[in-house]
Amino acid sequence: MLDINDLRVSVDGKPILNGLSLHVKAGEVHAIMGPNGSGKSTLAQVLAGRDSFQVDGGTVTYDGEDLLTQPAEVRARAGVFLAFQYPVEIPGVSNAYFLKAAVNAVRRHRGLQELDAMDFLKRVKSEMKAVGMKEEFLYRSVNEGFSGGEKKRNEVLQMTLLEPKLAVLDETDSGLDIDALKVVADGVNRLRAPDRALIVITHYQRLLDYIVPDYVHVLANGTIVRSGGPELAAELEERGYAWLAKAPEEQAKGVTT
Amino acid sequence: MSQVEIWQDQYRVRAQGLPGATLPWLVTLRERAMERFVAMGWPTRRKEDWHHTSLAFLEGQTFKVPMRGAAPPEESLMGRLREGGAGHWLVFVNGWFNAALSQIGSLPEGATVDTMPQALIGHAERVEAHYGSAEDGGSPAALNAALATDGAYVHLARGVAVEAPIHLVFIATIAEGASHVRNLVIAEDGAEATLVEHYLGTSATATLTNAVTRIHAGADSRITHLKLQQEAEQALHLASIDTQQGRGSVFNSHSLSFGARLARNDITTRFAGEHCETLFNGMYHVDGKRHVDHHTVIDHALPHGVSREYYRGILDGSARGVFSGRIKVAPGAVKSDAMQRADSLLLSRQAEADARPELEIYAADVKCAHGATVGQIDDDSLFYLRARGMDEAHARNLLTYAFAAEALARIGVAPLRNRARAALLARLPGGHLLEELTS
Repeated sequence: MLDINDLRVSVDGKPILNGLSLHVKAGEVHAIMGPNGSGKSTLAQVLAGRDSFQVDGGTVTYDGEDLLTQPAEVRARAGVFLAFQYPVEIPGVSNAYFLKAAVNAVRRHRGLQELDAMDFLKRVKSEMKAVGMKEEFLYRSVNEGFSGGEKKRNEVLQMTLLEPKLAVLDETDSGLDIDALKVVADGVNRLRAPDRALIVITHYQRLLDYIVPDYVHVLANGTIVRSGGPELAAELEERGYAWLAKAPEEQAKGVTT
Repeated sequence: MSQVEIWQDQYRVRAQGLPGATLPWLVTLRERAMERFVAMGWPTRRKEDWHHTSLAFLEGQTFKVPMRGAAPPEESLMGRLREGGAGHWLVFVNGWFNAALSQIGSLPEGATVDTMPQALIGHAERVEAHYGSAEDGGSPAALNAALATDGAYVHLARGVAVEAPIHLVFIATIAEGASHVRNLVIAEDGAEATLVEHYLGTSATATLTNAVTRIHAGADSRITHLKLQQEAEQALHLASIDTQQGRGSVFNSHSLSFGARLARNDITTRFAGEHCETLFNGMYHVDGKRHVDHHTVIDHALPHGVSREYYRGILDGSARGVFSGRIKVAPGAVKSDAMQRADSLLLSRQAEADARPELEIYAADVKCAHGATVGQIDDDSLFYLRARGMDEAHARNLLTYAFAAEALARIGVAPLRNRARAALLARLPGGHLLEELTS
């Protein structure tokens, strides 16, 4: 579904991703872990279509098509979803309006009839219940005055409503207490499906106790330095990231001596 | 003949036919005001208060005062304006009261809503006491004082509350038509009312509106004034709103400016008693080569006054938006509390915003804060919306609306807030897509 080959990305001339490759098939859940500044969030934003990054090389293919040439909204309609690490507040625009506009933009693209107010409300209210959001959040401005946990729940709600094919969760666990974490994880697990792929980006192993990935990758200095199964996450929890950052250097020494 | 002389000529011809032409005080006031206009001419940038807005081009433009009853607007217009909303409606066409389009409706005992000519017959003494002087305001206000043909008169006796808004609608329909309207609102102690001044036009060529509204807000009165300026694209709109507040009164001013090629609003309030409160809330959207200027003065003349001023401007094309906010705190006006913010959103590189806070503080033990920002659409917000499938144009409009929403939210009267929202959305490309906005 998603093939990233040798992706190189920079911001203001500063390289962030240095030849990153990743292959994700439908039905799989991949976790990407790594220390701060390793390029995790950049990867997430580049996949979603943020245009403030400079792609210096490599390819990203989604469902057989070149993803990098498509604007963010086209990707979203084609089923790419990014759950933001820092969801944006939009005063004066009700969450209900925002959610409905998003859902209908995607539905139009898929050739489905737009939901009318009634059908939309029915749908959104049942999904809100599932992620533990009170109905009043429909009528408040988008993310305005929401707590960290409420913002993340709102992201999961959007993900549920938009039914993406490829969902990227960027540190959706940060700032959540254990109860909120469980709700978020539960929302994500409900989305697991044979035709859907998920990329879960996290700094901590904690989330992976609740969302068990098929693969775990470790990102450091803009490239994947290690890949493995869920056990890799446990190892990282125990040993931290430092040993991985050193690894390429030690390997290089090994070759020369 | 220079423009000033043309106006002088019009004055000579019209003076005898102006309302109240038999009242000596009014004749004297008009003579003096005309002299003042002739001496000053249209303001140029050399004038301190007109630093960013020159009216010098008016020298090359001829306007005439249309005849009463000429070119009435199509009847369906009023239906669309009212939208079934409750209220008391006075409609002025090209500066003249139009009885057929107006519907004053029933008012509580002690409330009078009438035209200025009628008031000059029936309530001449009260009008005289609050009419203002020839020396008030700049030269446009002087020209208004000399030539005002008509306008609304609102009097609220002590403690009278008018629940539904009093709508004053001013429609310009004639090319090169000039209207000089003068409105007077006298709210005695403890009275309450909401007034709307709504300006619009149907002429594709230039028109001139030169309006003056004077408000006397008695002690403990609560007056809300909302101005909605939606004149046609070639219109010139000059207006002043001048308020005197009595002890403990609350005056809320909302100024929404969307139309006209050039709009200049002078909005002033003076705390003539202690413990006054005022809100100056403004929002404007201009595009093309249009120009809007708000010149505001809040005069904390006496202690314990609270003022809050928030202006938000949206500027597109090569439009220019000017805001100047003068806050005066007189000697001895202790415990004055003033806050002012002016924020501008530039939608194009050619657009320009000027914000000038002017704080004149002559008292100790006061709180005064001000701030101004000029910004563009936030990239993070734009990306967030696009990442949810909204196209860029829709996302930009939504964020533009969101910028203005804060000003809309300050309009406490829901039907007026909705009216203001509709006026804003009508200006935004693709605004119809945002019509479902509810918060």
